[in-house]
Amino acid sequence: MNYIIEGETGDWEVVIGLEVHAQITSQAKLFSGAATAFGAGPNTQVSLVDAAMPGMLPVINEFCVRQAVKTGLGLKAQINKHSVFERKNYFYADLPQGYQISQYAEPIVGEGTVVLDMPDGSTREIGIERLHMEQDAGKSLHDQDPTRSLIDLNRSGVALMEIVSKPDLRTPEEAGLYVRKLRSILRYLETCDGNMEEGSMRADVNVSVRPVGSDELRTRTETKNVNSVRFIMQVIEHEAARQVDAYDEGQEVVQETRQFDAAQGETRTMRSKEFAHDYRYFPDPDLLAVELTDDEIADFSKSLPELPDDKKQRFINDLGLTAYDAGVLVVDKETAEYFEIAARDHDVKTAANWVTGNLFGALNKAGLAITDSPVSAQALGELLGLMADDTISGRIAKDVFEEMFETGKSAKEIVKDKGLEQITDIGEIEDAVEAVIAGNPDQVADFRGGNEKAIGWFVGQVMKATGGKANPKLVNELLRKKLA
Amino acid sequence: MSALNDLTIGAAAKGLEDGDFSSQELTAAHIEAMNAAQDLNAFITETPDIALSRAKDSDARRAGGTTTGPMDGIPIAVKDLFCTEGVLTTAGSHILDGFTPSYESTVTQNLRKAGAVMLGKTNLDEFAMGSANVTSYYEPVKSPWKGKGGKDLVPGGSSGGSAAAVAARIALAATGTDTGGSIRQPASFTGIVGMKPTYGRCSRWGIVAFASSLDQAGPLTRTVEDAAIMLGVMAGHDAKDSTSAPIDVPDFTADLKGGVRGLKVGIPNEYTLDGMPAEIDALWNQGRNWLESQGAECVEVSLPHTKYALPAYYIVAPAEASSNLARYDGVRYGLRVDGDSLDEMYEATRGEGFGEEVRRRVLIGTYVLSAGYYDAYYIKAQRVRTLIADDFRKAFEDVDVLLTPTAPSAAFAIGEKMDDPVAMYLNDVFTVPASMAGLPAISVPAGLDKDGLPLGLHLIAKPFDEETLFRTAHALEEAAGFDARPRGAS
Repeated sequence: MNYIIEGETGDWEVVIGLEVHAQITSQAKLFSGAATAFGAGPNTQVSLVDAAMPGMLPVINEFCVRQAVKTGLGLKAQINKHSVFERKNYFYADLPQGYQISQYAEPIVGEGTVVLDMPDGSTREIGIERLHMEQDAGKSLHDQDPTRSLIDLNRSGVALMEIVSKPDLRTPEEAGLYVRKLRSILRYLETCDGNMEEGSMRADVNVSVRPVGSDELRTRTETKNVNSVRFIMQVIEHEAARQVDAYDEGQEVVQETRQFDAAQGETRTMRSKEFAHDYRYFPDPDLLAVELTDDEIADFSKSLPELPDDKKQRFINDLGLTAYDAGVLVVDKETAEYFEIAARDHDVKTAANWVTGNLFGALNKAGLAITDSPVSAQALGELLGLMADDTISGRIAKDVFEEMFETGKSAKEIVKDKGLEQITDIGEIEDAVEAVIAGNPDQVADFRGGNEKAIGWFVGQVMKATGGKANPKLVNELLRKKLA
Repeated sequence: MSALNDLTIGAAAKGLEDGDFSSQELTAAHIEAMNAAQDLNAFITETPDIALSRAKDSDARRAGGTTTGPMDGIPIAVKDLFCTEGVLTTAGSHILDGFTPSYESTVTQNLRKAGAVMLGKTNLDEFAMGSANVTSYYEPVKSPWKGKGGKDLVPGGSSGGSAAAVAARIALAATGTDTGGSIRQPASFTGIVGMKPTYGRCSRWGIVAFASSLDQAGPLTRTVEDAAIMLGVMAGHDAKDSTSAPIDVPDFTADLKGGVRGLKVGIPNEYTLDGMPAEIDALWNQGRNWLESQGAECVEVSLPHTKYALPAYYIVAPAEASSNLARYDGVRYGLRVDGDSLDEMYEATRGEGFGEEVRRRVLIGTYVLSAGYYDAYYIKAQRVRTLIADDFRKAFEDVDVLLTPTAPSAAFAIGEKMDDPVAMYLNDVFTVPASMAGLPAISVPAGLDKDGLPLGLHLIAKPFDEETLFRTAHALEEAAGFDARPRGAS
């Protein structure tokens, strides 16, 4: 994949690094027992610790540590047995402590890898620099009152993982693939629900450009809090073009923090370097260092589920799926699970086609997630079974599936109620074949004159006459015999 | 002043048990003393109603045949740095105006559960930053001791109100907190016992934080035995404080009177200061003789990094404080001074809400954590801290406990050293090293200076070896036989 920007002074490539903030799936916050449910009324999920009342102390939520380690293992990353929470000091109205507790010099997870499945079937490895835990801030609401800003502290203290990539991404598409792949891994691990609309995942996008062929890293900008894959790609496109323009005009790119205006599709200066905060990081004296043992890490490792890359490989090697089908099926854990249930005891290729074709089509049209599908994996399996044992034809199966999707009835029920069983009685099919031949002398002459393709028309007529229930293979055989 | 005011916790507990008097009578006598000593300004908030109601509960318990231990029905004072449920908690600062917690600190909760009766919240240096109790928004505390010509003296700080209340027989005991000497130095200035336990022995939950890695709660009492009794109630592991130690609390009184025969006492060479009054050196020698005459062996030891402790402390403590005090921003509780923008509101609130000493330390702390200075100051100070702890560890390979003076002088007049922060900081020069190393230490009243003002001797022990500390302190107390008391409390 190439993404070259042709500038006036030459060709440029883009260097992209992403810092993804992923909310750790956990009932309780990182340092307090308050709940984390999305959509609760303002300030209803706030403990004394989250509100930074005098004398309150943070206590680490061990479950969140486990989640972070699992994520690190899922990213094939180095797990640091010793990691330290520090205070990142700055003032803001929705930051009650006046500091964010975050890992800085000694994060819990070090270098790892995410493998991207490229559209051409190849793969590309993107390096992970680190993963650290931190607490979220609250939310400032500026549009609720004419003169005042209001604060909602429900998110204050919610556990986040910041996953920092190396500057290995080169195109907006790669960045999109990276975020999707990361989300897929986190969902498999059940360490983050990956729900970008609810703010469970958002990214800071670091972009710089350089002349093609150069390996320098030029000044980058960081666009904060971008909350969809599409927006991330837009930020990169806009930033890259803006920076190339700047260099073309003989200007420098300024190191700064920018924000994305989704309505205009552009980025704007938020804070330039000279106004950058001095966060005065230092180890939080209220907390002990996080210490992990080899046994604990091994224990976490055992609890890992099969991850998308491994699953894909298994689908290819053991089930004989194409890389493409396997790739599509493993993106969501739920889809992969659905497929494996539906395909049990059936032809996997047919099952894959049905899942990625008919099922995905119907779900898309209905705007449903696979977990809400009216046709369960077991039900689809039953339908595949009816096709496999020739009870119904593939064509009938499509109609049956549509009805299953609409009514929630089982395939067997529909086939039985509507009498859709395939006609395999040769006598009955023979009668229909003879009637069609007798009624269409011109076409018969045409076929016998050498137009082999006309056989398809005859098959269609016989199927029509039998209400689509005749076994197509038998129809074909009989027609060829009678027309010869 | 009644005889009830002069009791120790031990004697009061016995009197209550024997039915000589009720907790309500005991409490009423102390409320009366509190009323009579208003000029000391020892309390920010007096809670006589709460005290009498808890005393009544205690009496009812006792009448029903149960008690909650040696502190049941004992009237005490609480430093106003401990959050107390439903009772104004100020930390001596304007910025906490009107702050009434909905929660009770673990230490005061432990005392409440043990039946202790809270007389009120004592005055202190603002956010516990000070050594003379002159930085309080609620005005200085006066020591019950008077200087030459009746001059008003400081009680020491930051637990100055607690020390004054105990010395003046207003409370049988009081809670304090000690970050660099804030229990021990005022104890020395007012002729009482002040004890700082090992860091992690008491929970910090619910105590307004000054410097998290140094803050420890401890008792101020009139006897070593009382300190042992009270610490036993205050201490204990608390899951709400990650730095509280998950170890059992022994009965600190069990071996209290076991004596010091065979004990090795270290006398650190480095605990002297230019211009230190000769009588302090003399008292220190006296202390050594007292212990030796009871069978202890005293040896000189070296703690070579001692001189770096105070400067390093004045980097680490302000650094942590600058961050700990960031939460006082006018947004959620306490004082808010409006401004046209968020930043202006912060500036107005914190400018008006914090006093000069607190502002100075917040600025120092912010400076030493800043980019470009962090390594030179904060990191280096932490290294010094490690060296100081190593000094102690090595010394404790040879000795069981260390003996030093508590403070380089007796109490001084209110107003002195106010224009010279460094002179003020030197008050803690002998108490800070143990704080930096997290070690348990105690000040025992041991003598008087030429003006008749109390002087304390200071003992430092190994981590979590409070038992040896108390045992040695008790021996020192016995030998010193300190029975001087401030005027008005005789």
